[in-house]
Amino acid sequence: MEKARLRLKVNGEERELLAPLHHTLLEVLREECGLTGTKHGCELGECGTCAVLVDGRPVLSCVTLPVECAGREITTVEGMAGPDGLHPLQAAFAELGAAQCGYCTPGFLLVAEALLRGNPRPTRAEIAEACAGNLCRCTGYLKIFEAVELAAARMRGETPRGALADLGARRA
Amino acid sequence: MPEQDRRDLSVVGHPLVKVDAAAKVAGQTVFADDLVLPRMLYARLLRSPHPHARIRSIDVSRAAALPGVVATLVGRELPISFGILPVSQDEHALSPDVARFVGDPVAAVAARDEETAEEATRLIAVDYEVLPPLMSIEEALARPDVRIQDYGPHGNVHKEVSFDFGDVEEGFAEADHVREDTFFFEGNTHLPLEQHAALASFGPDGKLTLWSATQTPHYVHRALSKVLEMPPSHVRVIACPNGGGFGGKSDPFNHEVAVAALSRKTGRPVKITLTREEVFYCHRGRHPVRMWVKTGVKKDGAVTAMHFRTALDGGAYGSYGVASLYYTGALQTVTYRIPRYKFEGVRVFTNKPPCGPKRGHGTPQPRYALECHIDKICADLGLDPARWRVENTLAPRTVTANQMLVRTIGLRECLERVVERSGWRDKHGRLPAGRGIGIAGSSYISGAGLPIYWNAMPHSGVQVKVDRGGGVAVFCGSTDIGQGSDSVLAYVVAEELGIRPEDVRVVTADTDLTPVDLGSYSSRVTLMTGNAALQASRRVREPIFAAAARKLQVPVERLRARDRRIFDTDDPARGLAFAEAVVLAEAEVGTLGAVGSYTPPRSVAQWKGAGVGPTPTYSYSAAVVELSADRETGIVRVDKVWIAHDVGRSINPLLVIGQVEGSVYMALGEALMEEQAFRKGRHRIPSMLDYKSPTTLEMPPVESILVETLDPEGPYGAKEVGQGPLLPVIPAVTNALHDALGIHVDEVPITPEKVLACLEGRYRAPQMPDFRYPETVRVEPLAPHAPAAAPTR
Repeated sequence: MEKARLRLKVNGEERELLAPLHHTLLEVLREECGLTGTKHGCELGECGTCAVLVDGRPVLSCVTLPVECAGREITTVEGMAGPDGLHPLQAAFAELGAAQCGYCTPGFLLVAEALLRGNPRPTRAEIAEACAGNLCRCTGYLKIFEAVELAAARMRGETPRGALADLGARRA
Repeated sequence: MPEQDRRDLSVVGHPLVKVDAAAKVAGQTVFADDLVLPRMLYARLLRSPHPHARIRSIDVSRAAALPGVVATLVGRELPISFGILPVSQDEHALSPDVARFVGDPVAAVAARDEETAEEATRLIAVDYEVLPPLMSIEEALARPDVRIQDYGPHGNVHKEVSFDFGDVEEGFAEADHVREDTFFFEGNTHLPLEQHAALASFGPDGKLTLWSATQTPHYVHRALSKVLEMPPSHVRVIACPNGGGFGGKSDPFNHEVAVAALSRKTGRPVKITLTREEVFYCHRGRHPVRMWVKTGVKKDGAVTAMHFRTALDGGAYGSYGVASLYYTGALQTVTYRIPRYKFEGVRVFTNKPPCGPKRGHGTPQPRYALECHIDKICADLGLDPARWRVENTLAPRTVTANQMLVRTIGLRECLERVVERSGWRDKHGRLPAGRGIGIAGSSYISGAGLPIYWNAMPHSGVQVKVDRGGGVAVFCGSTDIGQGSDSVLAYVVAEELGIRPEDVRVVTADTDLTPVDLGSYSSRVTLMTGNAALQASRRVREPIFAAAARKLQVPVERLRARDRRIFDTDDPARGLAFAEAVVLAEAEVGTLGAVGSYTPPRSVAQWKGAGVGPTPTYSYSAAVVELSADRETGIVRVDKVWIAHDVGRSINPLLVIGQVEGSVYMALGEALMEEQAFRKGRHRIPSMLDYKSPTTLEMPPVESILVETLDPEGPYGAKEVGQGPLLPVIPAVTNALHDALGIHVDEVPITPEKVLACLEGRYRAPQMPDFRYPETVRVEPLAPHAPAAAPTR
């Protein structure tokens, strides 16, 4: 297999690596960069699990070639947390149980981050629309919607009543 | 939750964050395919392109000669069969003689990388003699001469049963009204986002370690030991966190055995990750089931007798099929009063991927049929279907006609709550044209009462070790598949020792390190590991409390522990840190540790076949679905779901509601779109794009209501929640569609085509296969005092 030299900027870090030309961004991230936080569910662009951000826009890494990403900023789930800890989306997903098995979670987090960057106050319908390409088999999506809403509110500087607080009211 | 409990419990009942949540949102949870070992090889399987074919010969020489290929493997190298149930050990790592479905593995390759392994599989020459493919129950019954398996009572019948609990004919004679209906529940699959993956490493010490995306490491351990002829002590199975299971990772699988054998052959670690297409072939999903039900009722709706028949399309192998078959008849009786009951069932082999346990295992199909049938009876009698259900629920501590013991039952409250919250009384039969509302109730087991292989040992074991710094490690064979079982262990231990869950290190699902837990199936984990953890924690607490009592000079009965502190309940200011008490205790008695275990109570049932159905306690659910149906397009849109679930007690309401919502979602997929269907011998749609499942855009709002009945058999009163809430939603959709359009689509999924066919009078109702069920075994009722004599603790 002929390998090509690639220069990629992943999570702010410049990387130079060798990989077969036909390998997808998903394969290069997982196998060459060791960034296994990016998952795969179909490797055919059907489930959204492998979503990453390229220049802030969600792409399906399983149907993207790394050469298309040269000179662009790639963000994976490993790049979301900052020095102060988890990204507000990550914190909200953890708090509200939006990650059950956690396998689809990185894809949802990145798609949601892209959404909130352009739309800090999305409606539930807008969140559903933005995440329509991501499948989750555990949650029924509802906790994911709530987590995106909670994170959005916190990122706007609000201190919302979390769904945790609301939960008490819903119990028998 | 009673107020008293809410005050007393510092961990249980609180909506805490899962112990593994941070790793999951950070992308740092290590799933099986994320593992890489030095010198690791990659494996691929060659799968049969024919639904049914005899393997005349396999030539691997060209594959073996390909540069980069390290080893090949064919079926005759692993002649010992395996399977999840002792009665159906009919699988091989690689089929040695006959391929039984498109996708049945016949050979394997290990190579330096995945692409080389894949290329090598294409160089393997298999000489097949194509056999007639039997793709339906009818075809399989029509060709008894072409046997897919060489066991079973006759032809392609895997298992057939017939039991009569009371004289149903007498019951039908007493009835004012008798109704018969036939239904079909199409098969569907789990579709976990994580594709199955396994990594085997056979060490220079002759010992094997297998990491796998499995829900049942204990059974994989047994299968590997058997097939590889290795002592169990030389085989270690570690279940990685599962990226979704839903029952689809509960069997020992071909690929797990194949990589283990390839690792032994090469002396190198070997990993395999299945493609999405291969996951469809692994299947073990929902059986397609044809059902016929006949019920006699009095004018007021009281049931006099019920006769239920099922016919299951099992696919090519046994899997859990015998249990699945019994489950299609076991739980009809545990919700409403059915004084006489007859069940007949048959499971048939066909040339399709094997069916097995999917969320609800064998019970969603008959529950769907039963709840739709009840609505039709209510319509015949002019009764309100919600009221019929409320009035006919069983009383607590009932033994059913088929000898299932119901302990606590929150079904009535579940029904009343969803009726009230949904505004049922103002809506049923009163919504505008094209909109409708439907209701259903259901029940599920909180763990199977009997183990898969007969033994008298506990179903779950837990070991607790206390560290001098006040930290606690808990060891258990249970497997977290996303449902939060690791967290439940931490919560129980933290609650009992008065520490916080973050002080607990949870070590699970490792057959070398952890006591046996049978696995994450049958909704057994919270109840069984919870009880085992409770026992272990209370045992390890004894010397710690004794030491604290001496130090504080307070009688030990007056001590309580919470928030990392042990204190006098009469004078809470008088206390000491948990860690300090640990040091005192260790100085007094030595290293601190304890084990606990749980074995379900003995079943009251005394008939052969009653191994399926008994449980420590049943959970109950009720759902109301409101929907809109378009007469022009046939498209059904669910507007809202109200669901109430009797969970006994919420160990963590956040996780309980997560399971309820996830169950509703999965049920809606099964009701409206999901189908594992076949055409011309092949899976019609082995891809995620074509296998339709609900996206964010189809998911309606869900109102979840938790009902707590505090069951004496559950830890803190807890029952299951992972599977039960799926059950009522599917029939509630069907019943709501009838309310909306006045049509009966007697099968799921309810696709737009079927709705239109029904509206246009073209709908072809499901039919039972032409099958003569075996002679009925009459089961005599239990002596009246038997239930009281049974140990229920």
